[in-house]
Amino acid sequence: MELTRHWRLHNQRYSLVGEQCDRCGARLFPPRDVCPECAEPAQELFTFSGRGQVYSYSTVYSAPEGYQEYAPYSVALVQLEEGPMVTAQLTDLGDDKPEIGMPVEMVTRRLRADGDQGVIVYGYKFRKHVKDII
Amino acid sequence: MSYGMDTSNSRPLDVSIIGIGQTQVAEHWSVSLRHLALKAIQAALADAGVKKVGALYVGNMTAGTLSHQQHLGAMLADFAGLRGVEAVTIEAAEASGGAAVRQAVLAVQSGVVDLAMAVGVEKVTDMVGSSATMAQTNSMDADYESVHGITAAALGALLMRRYMHEHGVGLADFAGFSVNAHANAEGNPFAMYRRAISVDTYLQAPLVADPVNLFDSAPAGDGAAAVIVCRTERARDMVPHPVRVAASALATDAPAVHDRRDPLYLAAANLAAGRAYMAAGIGPDQLNLLELHDSFTVMVALQLEAAGFAPRGGGWILAGNGDIARQGRIPISTHGGLKARGDAGGATGVYQLVEVVQQLRGTAGRCQVPDPHWGMALNLGGAGGTAVAHVLERLV
Repeated sequence: MELTRHWRLHNQRYSLVGEQCDRCGARLFPPRDVCPECAEPAQELFTFSGRGQVYSYSTVYSAPEGYQEYAPYSVALVQLEEGPMVTAQLTDLGDDKPEIGMPVEMVTRRLRADGDQGVIVYGYKFRKHVKDII
Repeated sequence: MSYGMDTSNSRPLDVSIIGIGQTQVAEHWSVSLRHLALKAIQAALADAGVKKVGALYVGNMTAGTLSHQQHLGAMLADFAGLRGVEAVTIEAAEASGGAAVRQAVLAVQSGVVDLAMAVGVEKVTDMVGSSATMAQTNSMDADYESVHGITAAALGALLMRRYMHEHGVGLADFAGFSVNAHANAEGNPFAMYRRAISVDTYLQAPLVADPVNLFDSAPAGDGAAAVIVCRTERARDMVPHPVRVAASALATDAPAVHDRRDPLYLAAANLAAGRAYMAAGIGPDQLNLLELHDSFTVMVALQLEAAGFAPRGGGWILAGNGDIARQGRIPISTHGGLKARGDAGGATGVYQLVEVVQQLRGTAGRCQVPDPHWGMALNLGGAGGTAVAHVLERLV
């Protein structure tokens, strides 16, 4: 059972908290403390909007251990509107088929569960962007 | 271009491969990890005509997970009758084999070790089903990729779909990579699947992770391969046909695909191949064959682009224009590649070099490329987070 490994990532998993580089302004997700663009420290927190678009997508039929009960499920590379790309599942698709360029928004969902007694891991998934309600 | 190399002024010793050994890639249900490695080690020792080596480097990716066994350096040295020798595991996911060979080359180049062996071994059938699928995700970013339930096939699929979208190509445009690999494997007694397939077979194959189908992806199998290296000046006296290691290079990229500036650009493969060309003093046009890491058909296209055989977005054209065939401009997967020889995980990089040596010795049998002088092996870890390139040269 893995407890602290998932707990320590709650700001990233629940709120898409990343970082910003003081020097070159690059927005970073996941947070990594050293800017990959200019190799300077990047520890200022930055919370992403959760909006983006699908860069690519696929479907997992043959799932790894711990994910079989959810298969088949859609996975995607999502380009966030602030720049970085994230790997995540697509959810709440209904009858819609994913498309490259489809606008999406982040939601919090169950990622996996370790049986009846184990830890339930929650985190971000992305759904088709619903029009802003006025 | 320096390809980011940090070079010293000292001149390394010239190194050659004097022994090779391999097992068939297969589901070896009755053979353990240590016995697989032993077969390859003994075959390489016999081929080189030596009894011992000064150092043993083991390339392996999943033994800790699938066989509950690490500490393979000591384990395999002891089991192979080499107790006491310097031995250690080199791990770089599926590039472990190529990285282990590089360590053996460096050890001899430095003058510290006289004879060095690299053995790649992978035992994937000790666990089956979802546990085995999970172990193959160990090369990814566990916190930001694997936790989302993504698999190696799905990662390949994300790249393939985007490639098709950006370059306006379809599934059929990738068929030639798979058909070529299977046709070549027919002549390789060590291959997992020794039969040719048709374009129709490829097109009708079941989906693994759309758009990746069964014939886009390489089958995982158990296997072991080994090479022995020593100084070239000594090699000429030891064996009739030493093969010179003209270049050895390793480079890295972000292991997570989402962390790369352009997911469709294999930066590590470009750096490793570029450094290898510089060290060997040749360009891609002079290579007579290339063993690349064809874990997925899209990865073939991306490597051909990164290693200078096609412009960006043009790698797929080589699947259909005859260039990659045995008689073509740059033959690839000449013994079946990962696709048909089989994907032996962390042993892959050593298999590739064994195959290039067979080609340059002229002993590749029905897989033989006509009269090759230069060959390159390009071995990737994960989706290109690590790349190892070796250029080999025939010594007349």
